[in-house]
Amino acid sequence: MDLSQIVFYLFAGLAVASSVLMVTRRNPVYAALYLVVTLFAVAGIFVLLDAHFLAALQVVVYAGAILVLFLFVIMLLNLGHAFEPDIRGRFWWAFAAGLGLVLLAELVTVMRGAPERPEADILAPLLEAKGAVAAVAEPLFQSYVVALEVTGILLLVAMVGAVVIAKRRA
Amino acid sequence: MLVESLVLSAALFAIGVAGVLLRRNAIVMFMCIELMLNAVNLFFVAVSRYAGIEGQVFVIFVMTVAAAEAAVGLGIIISIFRHYDSVDIRNFRLLRW
Repeated sequence: MDLSQIVFYLFAGLAVASSVLMVTRRNPVYAALYLVVTLFAVAGIFVLLDAHFLAALQVVVYAGAILVLFLFVIMLLNLGHAFEPDIRGRFWWAFAAGLGLVLLAELVTVMRGAPERPEADILAPLLEAKGAVAAVAEPLFQSYVVALEVTGILLLVAMVGAVVIAKRRA
Repeated sequence: MLVESLVLSAALFAIGVAGVLLRRNAIVMFMCIELMLNAVNLFFVAVSRYAGIEGQVFVIFVMTVAAAEAAVGLGIIISIFRHYDSVDIRNFRLLRW
């Protein structure tokens, strides 16, 4: 077992543990903070999987922007204290855990079909030749430029929609 | 490391599903949905190592859609909170039979 594998298991354990804590903590502020820990651990795994640009993007966009938005809304609605217990009863615990385990078993069974030793790592030479950003940016702005523009329009619509929905009625 | 990453992504997705079922707080349910989207991102990144860079390009689109979804969803939650003074989903039953 080499060093990268040890680091992988470290980050994987951290991600699973903090996501379980996120689901089971009662206070939504703690849930948001545990979600940040999970996202950072996944960013570390992105680095191990040769997706350096996406790891940076994960930290900036998810941990930096989306989680700040979540925390801002929790604070704005004053849910951080005097929270009502929102975790469902014992039947739902059994149901959620059972369904989660069934889903996990199903997904693991499907993914065991992936080859243990895939033939060639085709990403490493590409990253070696172009660098971490250009390797992602070139297909993004050449083959997928239409999708990129549509995504820009989606962001504009989402921005306008969020402002209109959250606005106080005059 | 391919199979391990895929199993980890499956585990994170299952935890997200269990969280959506377990919680009644709409904001925490949103966080669980973000966790599921992140599990799918991890799947794409793990596979892109052997199937080409397009997986990573798609992850960028998924992140953008997640950001848009979080903005609109939290706007809806703020709007609902003004009506009911709560984000508990038991109160949202206007469209329920």
